[in-house]
Amino acid sequence: MQKVYSQISQIVGDVITVEAEDVGYRELAEVRTPQGISLAQVIRLDGKKVYLQVLTGSRGISTNDKVRFLKHPMKVSCSENLKGRIFTGSGTPRDNGPELTDNLIAIGGPSVNPVKRIVPHEMIRTGIPMIDLFNSLVVSQKLPIFSVAGEPYNPLLARIAMQAEVDLIILGGMGLKYDDYLFFKNTFEKHGSLSKTIMFVHTASDPTVECLLVPDMALAVAEQFAQEGKKVLVLLTDMTNFCDSLKEIAITMEQIPSNRGYPGDLYSQLASRYEKAVDFKGSGSITVLAVTTMPGDDVTHPVPDNTGYITEGQFYLRGGHIEPFGSLSRLKQKVNDRTRSDHRAIMDRMIQFFADYRETLEKRSLGFRMSAWDNKLLDFGKRFETELMDLSVNIPIEQALDICWKILSDIFEPAAVGIKESLLKEYWPKK
Amino acid sequence: MSEQIRLGEVVGVNGNMVVARFDEKVMQNEVAYVVVGNEKLKAEVIRVRGDKADLQVFEDTVGIRIGSKVEFTNALLSVELGPGLLGQIFDGLQNPLPRLAEKHGFFLKRGEYLEALDYAKEWEFTPSVKVNDIVRSGDKLGEVDEFIFKHSIMVPFNFQGKFEVVEIASKRNYKIKDVIAKLKDEEGKVHSVTMVQNWPVKIAIKAYAEKLQPEVPLVTKIRIIDTLVPVAVGGTFCTPGPFGAGKTVLQHLLSRHAEVDIVIIAACGERAGEVVEILEEFPHLVDPRTKRTLMDRTIIICNTSSMPVAARESSVYTAVTMAEYYRQMGFNVFLLADSTSRWAQAMREMSGRLEEIPGEEAFPAYLESRIASFYERAGLVRLRNGKTGSITIGGAVSPAGGNFEEPVTQATLKVVGAFHGLSRDRANARRYPAVDPLESWSKYKSFIDQNKIAKAIKTLHKGHSVEQMMKVVGEEGTAIEDFITYLKGEFFDSVYLQQNAFDKTDEATNAERQSYVFNTIEKILDNEFNFDGKDNARRYFQQLRQMFITWNSNEFMSSEFKKQEGIINDKIKSENVEEIKL
Repeated sequence: MQKVYSQISQIVGDVITVEAEDVGYRELAEVRTPQGISLAQVIRLDGKKVYLQVLTGSRGISTNDKVRFLKHPMKVSCSENLKGRIFTGSGTPRDNGPELTDNLIAIGGPSVNPVKRIVPHEMIRTGIPMIDLFNSLVVSQKLPIFSVAGEPYNPLLARIAMQAEVDLIILGGMGLKYDDYLFFKNTFEKHGSLSKTIMFVHTASDPTVECLLVPDMALAVAEQFAQEGKKVLVLLTDMTNFCDSLKEIAITMEQIPSNRGYPGDLYSQLASRYEKAVDFKGSGSITVLAVTTMPGDDVTHPVPDNTGYITEGQFYLRGGHIEPFGSLSRLKQKVNDRTRSDHRAIMDRMIQFFADYRETLEKRSLGFRMSAWDNKLLDFGKRFETELMDLSVNIPIEQALDICWKILSDIFEPAAVGIKESLLKEYWPKK
Repeated sequence: MSEQIRLGEVVGVNGNMVVARFDEKVMQNEVAYVVVGNEKLKAEVIRVRGDKADLQVFEDTVGIRIGSKVEFTNALLSVELGPGLLGQIFDGLQNPLPRLAEKHGFFLKRGEYLEALDYAKEWEFTPSVKVNDIVRSGDKLGEVDEFIFKHSIMVPFNFQGKFEVVEIASKRNYKIKDVIAKLKDEEGKVHSVTMVQNWPVKIAIKAYAEKLQPEVPLVTKIRIIDTLVPVAVGGTFCTPGPFGAGKTVLQHLLSRHAEVDIVIIAACGERAGEVVEILEEFPHLVDPRTKRTLMDRTIIICNTSSMPVAARESSVYTAVTMAEYYRQMGFNVFLLADSTSRWAQAMREMSGRLEEIPGEEAFPAYLESRIASFYERAGLVRLRNGKTGSITIGGAVSPAGGNFEEPVTQATLKVVGAFHGLSRDRANARRYPAVDPLESWSKYKSFIDQNKIAKAIKTLHKGHSVEQMMKVVGEEGTAIEDFITYLKGEFFDSVYLQQNAFDKTDEATNAERQSYVFNTIEKILDNEFNFDGKDNARRYFQQLRQMFITWNSNEFMSSEFKKQEGIINDKIKSENVEEIKL
């Protein structure tokens, strides 16, 4: 019979303190209140004092409520039964399905041994030229979408998920607006891919502590399936909310903040999640695509800044499209030599021309005279924006490459594009 | 080290910090193990108050409970030093990762510590001292062959005073734990010596005669570094830069091409994927000087960002201790730490848990002194046998927000001899390596004449200010002389300071070639051109640039190289802007 404690000596924020014995660090407890039972996690031990963060929040907890320790850390059920299901951050069903308790696995497990990793080599096709052509997404990559509130980052995320050829999609929603949650659910349903989707969703109105668990839950399940040979895509939105929850708990625990109130271990916290992206040799893989909204569109804000140091590139979503500048897939070189022989050359030249176009735009706005060449560039830029950059464009990469050749040949002489002759011979459209 | 293990018990847990009550005594920086079930988690004493010691645990602390047993080992956090370190991949605590993977598969396992060196392997030992010889700590007793290196077996560094050789092993194969010598100290006590010794990582090995001024340039084969902001053998430098500026790529290039004997890479708190690239590449890349694979001269200390934070803090010390060990044999060692900011952050996390009064951006007040004492372990030394050895340290810094005003960058700048600042603008413009030639500095001398370099830098500065001015007044409002200066600066930047890491020849330029090519550059920068209009001037330099880029990928002194040089020289003389068929 497990002991029950009913002396809560302190309630600060979502953290309560009880005096108890034989409690393990990070283990779970149940707090029984008149409103129901909530899970709580041990976040500090100090002599007899046990600090617990209450998953559903501390509202309504009274000092004589009962606390029972479960003697194990946070676990999540992981089996085929999860597919098509929706859970909260603490793993309870959010749909009307049954509670799952089979095959429980611990969350936040150890790191993969670096020597067991392999160099990524397989491209994920998304049908979005700005990704496939210019910054290819690669299996086992971890990539954030840097954006600001109001941009269509969630639709973009859903679209990539729908079009990517993966075995399993795991959505980790943190601080989602309820409409966004419904949007994801409906999109997955409409595309008939709900059966290969698992969702862990924390909405904006749910308790903060649950938000913290979402990535660990999602990634623990992903890791399990990946080891069974599945190609898993994990979507995390919005990691800035996750970081803000970290901040909230850290401040409650009276930790000394480092930068704009965020705890000093923000980098390690983010890294331990993002680094779960992996390609298991001879087995499955985990690719992580996350959304990071930048407060004030400031990339030097601690959240995007720390994220950028961890992830393998980033997509900037701005003004409704993926920005060609600043967006970067660090792993693209590993795959874009194996798509089509003109991929790299086209990628480089198109971007250089687009940079020239932006410069010309600037010149025009300063009132400088436009030369014939400038007008060509303006022409080019317009077509680039509508035929490639627009997010509604949905074509395979081969077709995108053909469009590039079409644009180039409509506007420029072959000699002006600066692509080596053998490629021109092969691909330059015959008039 | 033979004292008994002492016990204590856990009285508090906060993240990776554990507070333990102890009975008898405890030593600062002593290694302790926290016992959780059948796992023993390695930890280090970092503060003692009354009968309580604060321990930083090098592993995940899940499941530690009040009353958990703690074993104090009476030993400082140490590494094993002996033959067989080269070519290895360790974690921050010197666990060999490949063997860990053999045992536990994909995931790291907490509480699992393996021997760093292979105790079963045999090495042929050749003695170099005789019975009755007098030796001191760090003196050579004999040697074994480790790949192409003569690995000295030395008197352990913790032996104090003079020793007389009583017994020395004869030339044949031994395992590293076999006794190869017996030494008698001044009091007549005899000590057995094996090929392996332990040394505490946070204490510098000082078994050398004296420290010397680093003066000889270390050839990195990266032109912008060697020419403008050189590094000296035994010197220090730092490479701060925002994310995406190419810090890691630059460090990889340095680790591949630098003209040194041994390279130690400390991948400290960065992406695991980047280490994997080294692991896949190095065994296949051949070092042109030794004809052996790069892996044979490299040690990798790998404590990536998702591995335990406290071990990240110790990983740079583990790396520098191994560097000191090889320096003691008279080698030139190159230590690359990527990134020292992650190491500093690990200190910050711990400091926060200890509830110390924070300094700037919550970094601990001792940040500066820790950074200083780390870089101070670099240096060129004269050994007691007259030979020299060196450690050159290059640290990447990842400043928050890419802002160099932050504490880690500033503390580092105070103690290093060269600053290679990477700029986001240069990276965005694909100007690699993205070292900013105007902001960066070095206190060391290049192998190219200082006066020549000063002239080139002057052109760069002038060109830059003309460019700034042109943004306001436009090209039309700029004098042609100024415009040519601008073009010269751009030219120097694009054909000399930038280097194509994907081109087999261009990715590494040796000292001889740099000096040779720089003379041609000087000729062009000095030349007074008279162009008919700016368009012609621009076309001329564009053509010259194209020729140079071709030249850069011609093998040095090959017939193509000579031919291309002729074309370039003609071009300089002619000032001809006609299109030349290449």
